[in-house]
Amino acid sequence: MEFFKIKKDIPFMSYGKLTTSISLLTFILALFFLFTRGLNLSVEFTGGTLMEVQYSQAANLDAIRNKLNGMGLDQATVQNYGSSKNVMLRLPNKKDINGASLSNNVLAALKLEAPDVQLKSVEYIGPQVGKDLVNNGLMAIAFVCIGIMAYLALRFEWRFAVSAIIANMHDVVIILGCFAAFQWEFSLTVLAAILAVLGYSVNESVVVFDRIRENFRTIRGGTVSHIINNAITATISRTIITHGCTEMMVLSMLFFGGASLHYFALALTIGILFGIYSSVLVASPLVMWLGVSRENLVKQTKRKEEAVV
Amino acid sequence: MTKFPVWKYLIIIVAIIVGLLYTLPNFYGEVPAVQISSSRSSVQIGDDLIKKTTDALLAQSVQPQGEVFDGKTLKFKFKTTDDQLKARDIIAQTLGDNFIVALNLISASPDWMSKMNANPMFLGLDLRGGVHFLLEVDMDAAIKKTLDKYVGEIRRDLRNNQIRYGSVAVDNGSSVLIQLRDEATAASVIDQLRKDLPKLQAVKDGDTNVRVVVSPDEVQKIKEAAVKQNILILHNRVNELGVAEPIIQQQGPERIVVELPGVQDTARAKDILGRTATLEVRMVDDDKPTLTQALNGNVPVGEELLDEPNSDGSMTKLLVKKDVELTGDNINDAQAGFDENGSPAVNISLDGTGSSIFKQVTGDNVGKRMAMVLVDHGKSQVVTAPVIRTQIGGGQVQISGAMSVQDANDVALLLRSGSLAAPMNIIEERTVGPSLGQENIDKGFHSVLWGFVAIAIFMCVYYMVFGAVSVVSLGVNLLLLIAVLSMLQATLTLPGIAAIALTLGMAIDSNVLINERIREELRNGQKPHAAIEAGYEHAWATILDSNVTTLIAGLALLAFGSGPVKGFAVVHCLGILTSMFSAVLVSRGITGLLYANKRIKKLPI
Repeated sequence: MEFFKIKKDIPFMSYGKLTTSISLLTFILALFFLFTRGLNLSVEFTGGTLMEVQYSQAANLDAIRNKLNGMGLDQATVQNYGSSKNVMLRLPNKKDINGASLSNNVLAALKLEAPDVQLKSVEYIGPQVGKDLVNNGLMAIAFVCIGIMAYLALRFEWRFAVSAIIANMHDVVIILGCFAAFQWEFSLTVLAAILAVLGYSVNESVVVFDRIRENFRTIRGGTVSHIINNAITATISRTIITHGCTEMMVLSMLFFGGASLHYFALALTIGILFGIYSSVLVASPLVMWLGVSRENLVKQTKRKEEAVV
Repeated sequence: MTKFPVWKYLIIIVAIIVGLLYTLPNFYGEVPAVQISSSRSSVQIGDDLIKKTTDALLAQSVQPQGEVFDGKTLKFKFKTTDDQLKARDIIAQTLGDNFIVALNLISASPDWMSKMNANPMFLGLDLRGGVHFLLEVDMDAAIKKTLDKYVGEIRRDLRNNQIRYGSVAVDNGSSVLIQLRDEATAASVIDQLRKDLPKLQAVKDGDTNVRVVVSPDEVQKIKEAAVKQNILILHNRVNELGVAEPIIQQQGPERIVVELPGVQDTARAKDILGRTATLEVRMVDDDKPTLTQALNGNVPVGEELLDEPNSDGSMTKLLVKKDVELTGDNINDAQAGFDENGSPAVNISLDGTGSSIFKQVTGDNVGKRMAMVLVDHGKSQVVTAPVIRTQIGGGQVQISGAMSVQDANDVALLLRSGSLAAPMNIIEERTVGPSLGQENIDKGFHSVLWGFVAIAIFMCVYYMVFGAVSVVSLGVNLLLLIAVLSMLQATLTLPGIAAIALTLGMAIDSNVLINERIREELRNGQKPHAAIEAGYEHAWATILDSNVTTLIAGLALLAFGSGPVKGFAVVHCLGILTSMFSAVLVSRGITGLLYANKRIKKLPI
């Protein structure tokens, strides 16, 4: 079976203006949501207490809210998740309440009214820890960008490094924009997913770049846009199949992984979709506009060939 | 197509055998066990103890399924968790206080596997249930405590050298201020201190004052020592909680991670870990008029009002002198027990210095009341305040009062395990219930399984034989990844399982690259053998490039991530390495077996 029997190169580069405008638009939209709504950060970053409790019957959320209000926790959020029996409580850090013992007190208070309530999990993060995590997260993103750019500049050329990193940051910003727009919870695992997407999406660009480099060596006399079109067309089948497979795995996580993996899988789903788009339709036009030419790449090969001979 | 060399096949075969061997223990699962370890270095576990315990178990008709002894800890395996719980109680009763008896799980894989270190992966707390704490040592308090000690040393030094001083006290919590009569004395004090206490830096502060600060090197040492001492004490306390395989590690310069698998009573765990209790022996002021005045808010200088719990749980106010006669530092041992009336008590034995001080204090104050004050997180509470009837020598002290057996045990434990160098705050806590743990395992397993099945079906349909080859090599990848993780005894967490799933999803990329390349070569008119050859060869450079970039991202996660991110990163990085091996070597090997030395007209791809 074969889905892609493409005889002629698809003129991707002539759509360059259109595709980059679309990207620019989504990018600006993402930034708009990021600035207007901001990320719905999980307790890991903001600090606070997250409790999951389970009742043997459908939980009465109002009663729980009243109970918490009575304890002076009027900023707490109480919501169902998964089923009507499972309740998630989110309690922000407060100066006058000792966070570490808060979960015990709350559970004891809930037990007074419903002895059948069971603690499923508690996550308490002090205010200092959140700050460290934000710093570490930013450091990780910076390190990934620098590392990838250095590697690409070494293996290819600076133009490739710059366009790959722009294309990938574009993916990251769009994922973040989605999380801001829908106010999905942004947790540490989502951050891990985003960093994985960074690596994944570069991977994608590298495959196309590899082909571009190869084409510069093998196709004599073609224009730059012809060479890039040919490279993308030649790899498009692999691009779609690979992403399709990864997407299958990620969707399996989204459907079977339960609440804990939900946003992780969601971030990856969006990341993979935009990963294809950006590597084909953002990174490649950028390389062209940055003025890549045969000389940039073929010089290296000549030197190599001489060395062999 | 050139023949695939034999030595490469050997590598593949060895890798698969080793992979199987180290993956298998994960499928045997674990059996309930009871773990016995000695709580004192002087008491060793030996053959007689094994026999004694086994006999006691058999006497109550609990049949152990075998035992494992590694020289330090002894573990008995049991068939059911009911047996396990029964056995724990029997063993704890038989062995007494010198041993820690804890519930545990051990690998059910055959002995020869365990001997080769082929054990299942550790399950993270999110998969097996338990508590994770991140504690931060209060360094300001540690430095303050050290300064308090130096205040005493400075006073003694000045007195020994017959220098008169106004006052010596900790100022601002970070330095000691000495007030002196005149400038000349101040200068001589600086010289004297530089000679006698070189660790301190004495400088003039104003005309007649001397300020003493601790050198930065010394501050560093104080901090390091505080964390070390706290870790040691946490070890003692956790041991006494009877938790099997706890983790207590330093993280960064001021933080300590404590993980207690299987512990559900988090309230008690928090209480025991965070407490900074020390015992102080102080005298009670029983003068009625003074007490009445104090209750009206007129507390005399040098005394304070403290709570004393009654047997019915209510509190009485007691006026206690601030001077500490004796502290918990002089305690050798503390055990819970019962007094002559049968109420719970704590028996304390004091060291030499402690004994002689106690003898003197009790001798001087016969007929008066003495308060045992427990200082816990800066809060003082009277445990008991007995009347001194006679002088007590010999260093054996019993304190009893309004306490339950559990209280007596906790107080004894705290006194025995020593006082912390500085108080600690819990700055992060994660608790996962056991049912959620099992749920997480199931969900993680299902996502990997169904994702794999979907990919397998698609690959076989789309690339036919070569798709099947890819699926086999993807399977080998999964096998090797789990084997490597088990070999490293990595801790598997839910993000780790997610990483396995994602890594598999990404690993198929290499196979797709190869297969697409072969198709392309065929389209360009290559003969089947040459197409396979060229396909693998051309794909290799791309696979290398794309995996290295992914690896860079993985390493960054490993370096800067913590907790769940790190768990994810470890698996991700290892997965990239195993996927390169399996995609390139294994799939090439299989195609070699299928097609080398055969004439093929058309490739099934």
